[in-house]
Amino acid sequence: MTEFDVASKQEGFGTEATGRWRPGLRESHLFDRNAIHEIHRMAREGIYDIRGFGAKRKVPHFDDLLFLGASVSRYPLEGYREKCATDVTLGTRFAKEPITIDIPITIAGMSFGALSAPAKEALGRGASAMGTSTTTGDGGMLPEERDHSTKLVYQILPSRYGMNPDDLRRADAIEVVVGQGAKPGGGGMLLGQKISDRVAEMRDLPKGVDQRSACRHPDWTGPDDLEIKIGELREITDWRVPIYVKVGATRTYFDVALAVKAGADVIVLDGMEGGTAASQEVFIEHVGIPILAAIPEAVRSLQELGMHREVQLIVSGGIRNGADAAKALALGADAVSIGVGAVVALGDNSHHFEDDYEAIGTSAGFYDDWHEGRDPVGISTQDEELAKRFDPELGGRRLANYLRAMVLETQTLARACGKSHVHNLEPEDLVALTFEAAAMAKVPVAGTSWIPGQD
Amino acid sequence: MSATAAAETVDLASASVRELNQRLHDAAGGGPAAWRVENPSGAHALAAGLDAELDVEIDGHAGYYCAGMNKHATVRVAGNVGVGVAENMMSGLVVVEGSASQAAGATGRGGLLVIKGSASARCGISMKGIDIVVHGSIGHAGAFMGQKGRLVVCGDAGPDLGDSIYEARLYVRGEVAGLGADCIEKEMRDEHTAELRELLELAGADADPADFRRYGSARELYTFDVDNAGSY
Ligand SMILES: Cc1cc2nc3c(=O)[nH]c(=O)nc-3n(C[C@H](O)[C@H](O)[C@H](O)COP(=O)(O)O)c2cc1C
Repeated sequence: MTEFDVASKQEGFGTEATGRWRPGLRESHLFDRNAIHEIHRMAREGIYDIRGFGAKRKVPHFDDLLFLGASVSRYPLEGYREKCATDVTLGTRFAKEPITIDIPITIAGMSFGALSAPAKEALGRGASAMGTSTTTGDGGMLPEERDHSTKLVYQILPSRYGMNPDDLRRADAIEVVVGQGAKPGGGGMLLGQKISDRVAEMRDLPKGVDQRSACRHPDWTGPDDLEIKIGELREITDWRVPIYVKVGATRTYFDVALAVKAGADVIVLDGMEGGTAASQEVFIEHVGIPILAAIPEAVRSLQELGMHREVQLIVSGGIRNGADAAKALALGADAVSIGVGAVVALGDNSHHFEDDYEAIGTSAGFYDDWHEGRDPVGISTQDEELAKRFDPELGGRRLANYLRAMVLETQTLARACGKSHVHNLEPEDLVALTFEAAAMAKVPVAGTSWIPGQD
Repeated sequence: MSATAAAETVDLASASVRELNQRLHDAAGGGPAAWRVENPSGAHALAAGLDAELDVEIDGHAGYYCAGMNKHATVRVAGNVGVGVAENMMSGLVVVEGSASQAAGATGRGGLLVIKGSASARCGISMKGIDIVVHGSIGHAGAFMGQKGRLVVCGDAGPDLGDSIYEARLYVRGEVAGLGADCIEKEMRDEHTAELRELLELAGADADPADFRRYGSARELYTFDVDNAGSY
């Protein structure tokens, strides 16, 4: 072998398919095929892995909780006859114009840049059809999004890309983003291949530049400044619209108390499972706490301040269906928000595109390279040809259907527990399947009255 | 243009900031164009969110976010200002007779901010098209991550000037304590001298463009390269 052959063979390590198991071959639990593949990739590229989606590791989640349902001591509500209300009013604390959403599920902030313009439009269409809100993202407010969203939350992020007082005044609520569950303490990321002319212009940056946006706000640090900042936003909008504060779930008890003290109308709490368009995998998998553990901490903080239900709590992170939503509400949240679930409802990771997924080295159900802009479904891309594959009207209908089904599931569980409003669900309706979930959610292990950590 | 004797006066010794801003916002629909704010006493968010060609004179010191997100209006402060003066300004003119605290003109997208005294750290942080002229000196990390617009400093600049800068253009007359990552000194060509002269004139700064040096992005960190990891 020449020196060149040796070098290129080493470069290629880790790109080959993995070996095949035979009896007698024992795979290491720690150094399994994925770990070995990743070590080879690191040795080849010398850089961390960046990807979209949320954490893929297994963490205690809503699946580890069960509802008790009604029986002799409680009576249920009739599924098709008796009302189970789902409306939520947000921003009752200070805003002159709080917003009411018809369902307890909202669409989380996802940036134009990460998602195509038609995908953003579809989110607006779907959310509006169900009477709920959608949220802008790192990259400013898209006119298509404003036009198709009856209730639009405008994010103010550290990068302040596209930040504009006219958009602020056009918004139905404002969300100051301190952090995100997928990367608490990290800034936004949008790689050069996704910076089209339009994205570049909205962000005041040259085309094709890798955008590693700021992780701290440029004009405030700490809770005392945040209070003054929120004061400014209220002044600019004449105290009309609610102001949310979004945090990744970490030191939740304190963060929530400080956000309340800073004057937030609504707390948006995003668990470590929460989705992202592009982050370092090490961040996605290793920073923050599961939403299951964070909700009771947030509720405790709000209750101690006498602010539970007065300052509303929206939670997110791996919420897929009505069961997840109902359990989050039972733990004390006022509403949930969804990112990945909504993107999947639009058609992401659909097996209809299997051939296209294979062509870019992945497979339906596994695709997470949303940062690359090569999405065959046309959602997480700025490539006009790819984006054309996506029909925003159809996408909007699919999202509305998904939300409708989630709400029906949530109501089914609430009625089974005898509740005439989904907000009447309570921790008392829940038990846990595992010690971990019991300790985190602070509900008893099923069949016992034991809550680990509590006497 | 300074506010005339006929200016509408709001005395913050008796009126609240809320009343002041509401009146200024309502004036966008017609009403007095010249305003005078007395006894500002360092209050926050004074004249924030203006959206009309008003002329506002603040007769004293202002707190955080004075003239925040300004559009079209002219705001003059006869004193010092706190953090984030004219943050995210879109257009118009903001003049500070005294000095400014941190993050002056942060993320501003247009208009002109003039600081007759000095400015503290992170002046022009994440600037996106605003022009800033500081008659005195600026603290550390001036124009940090500056994307667009121009920052002119007639005095000295602190350490890490222009750290991680994109396309903002920086002009400094005095000493620069140090340049941040990817920021370099660049050649002063005729077009630069011309734009600097114009900015100095607009800002009423008595300085010769020939005495300034220009700084900007080396554009080496525009796309992430592992071999540059040590520069961050
Ligand atoms: C494609 C995508 C883009 C996102 N962009 C933003 C953003 O710009 N700003 C933000 O605060 N969060 C952003 N997020 C996070 C979401 O707002 C939300 O916190 C998260 O998706 C919730 O978790 P889930 O995806 O498991 O539902 C993004 C998430 C995704 C999936």
